Amino acid sequence: MSKVTVRIPTALRSFVGGADEIGLEAETVGRVISVLADRHRGLIERVCDAEGRVRPFVNLFVDGKNIKTSGGLDTPLADGAVVSIVPAVAGGR
Amino acid sequence: MSEPSAKDRRLAELRARIPEIEPAEALKLQSAGAALIDVREADEIAQGSPPGALRLGRGFLELRVEEAVPDKNRTVVVTCAGGVRSLFAAESLASLGYRDVRSIRGGFNKWKNGGLPVEVPRTLTAQERERYGRHLLMPEVGEKGQLRLLDARVLLVGAGGLGSPVALYLAAAGVGTIGLIDFDVVDRSNLQRQIVHTDDRVGTPKVESARKTLLGLNPAIKVVAHETRLDSTNVESIFDGYHVVVDGSDNFATRYLVNDACVKLRIPNVHGSIFRFEGQVSVFWPAYAKRRGPCYRCVYPEPPPPELAPSCAEAGVLGVLPGVIGLLEAVETVKVILGIGDPLVGRLLHYDALPARISELTLDADPECRYCREGAVFPGYVDYDVFCSSAGQGP
Ligand SMILES: [Zn+2]
Repeated sequence: MSKVTVRIPTALRSFVGGADEIGLEAETVGRVISVLADRHRGLIERVCDAEGRVRPFVNLFVDGKNIKTSGGLDTPLADGAVVSIVPAVAGGR
Repeated sequence: MSEPSAKDRRLAELRARIPEIEPAEALKLQSAGAALIDVREADEIAQGSPPGALRLGRGFLELRVEEAVPDKNRTVVVTCAGGVRSLFAAESLASLGYRDVRSIRGGFNKWKNGGLPVEVPRTLTAQERERYGRHLLMPEVGEKGQLRLLDARVLLVGAGGLGSPVALYLAAAGVGTIGLIDFDVVDRSNLQRQIVHTDDRVGTPKVESARKTLLGLNPAIKVVAHETRLDSTNVESIFDGYHVVVDGSDNFATRYLVNDACVKLRIPNVHGSIFRFEGQVSVFWPAYAKRRGPCYRCVYPEPPPPELAPSCAEAGVLGVLPGVIGLLEAVETVKVILGIGDPLVGRLLHYDALPARISELTLDADPECRYCREGAVFPGYVDYDVFCSSAGQGP
């Protein structure tokens, strides 16, 4: 299993006790999603739809690269990988 | 009969050697590829000069001409005010090895009186040289770059948290025309971060308040106030003619309108957005010549529905944060205007203030994007519902 860090955006930190990062073990991005879904109720509904697809206003990055171009949820994770969850943010005022 | 003066003898000698042509013929030669050199002094040229002329003052002509016209076989037409100085200059060019040098008979005066095209070349005034001295010292900006800034037209969507620092620094930098769109009035709770406004302007329209501050900082710029809410019916007519749009809006409905209009009009969209302690910056500009980057919809095809967006009550923001993100937007804007450096096209800078972390994330263009893919037929604007338009106040 790869030890990875998941960066939680501000808007979703209330679901993880306020943490900005979570460490967990997962081989793929998809596995990260299911681990988070098991442990933190409410968070994953905001990232994925009922069919498990990443929502159109959220992007997932592995070490800064968008998973849309690197294999989607099957993107493999190496030891030490950083997975960033980045939702669209509208604020400006 | 008195003896001709030395000057007259010399002129007669020059006229015998240098072909003199009429202004109209000079214009024809210039259109056909000849170099037109205006050798008058800077204060004369400031009153007008033939368009496209190389302006090499008589004093520096020999020093600079080879850089300006490296090809000695190129036809060179020289002009001055009345056609005398140009004869001396032409002879000098011939002696430097230029093979076909001609002089305009009657000079620029005859050119202008004959109704031929004239342009008033832009140069910095003494005041501008003083104000922008620190820019002029850098070769990446210089006089040419400063003139580009002065000629630039930048539209700021939102005169709020992000718009404030952007507006202040662009005005200071000498961006010549700054457009501001905002329909709101200054509220005291804005002043925790919206530093372009002041306490004594609470209750007055934001665009007017911002205009006062900006003109106080730099009275020479032009501030265009668009006191209106952006929607699908006005977005294109407002955006048209601006060179860069800076998105500092506060709701998804506006952000998608900004994106869609910028894609359609091929305007770079300098994007910044903030939430509490976190901000994002990028440049969405599919038409960028050096690299194919995404538009906002390639990255976020649709806005979240209200029930999945952060609740309005949560939408606080650290007052300093829009300063950080807005200034990154301002830097990108200046880079885009000057054409220097590597803009954030295809990259997103993500700033998280609490751990003090900046991450760079790669954004790719979606080849299937309905708005920016090659050959896309513009699908039209969408008026999404506006929610959370002002933090904590609802729409
Ligand atoms: Zn696109």
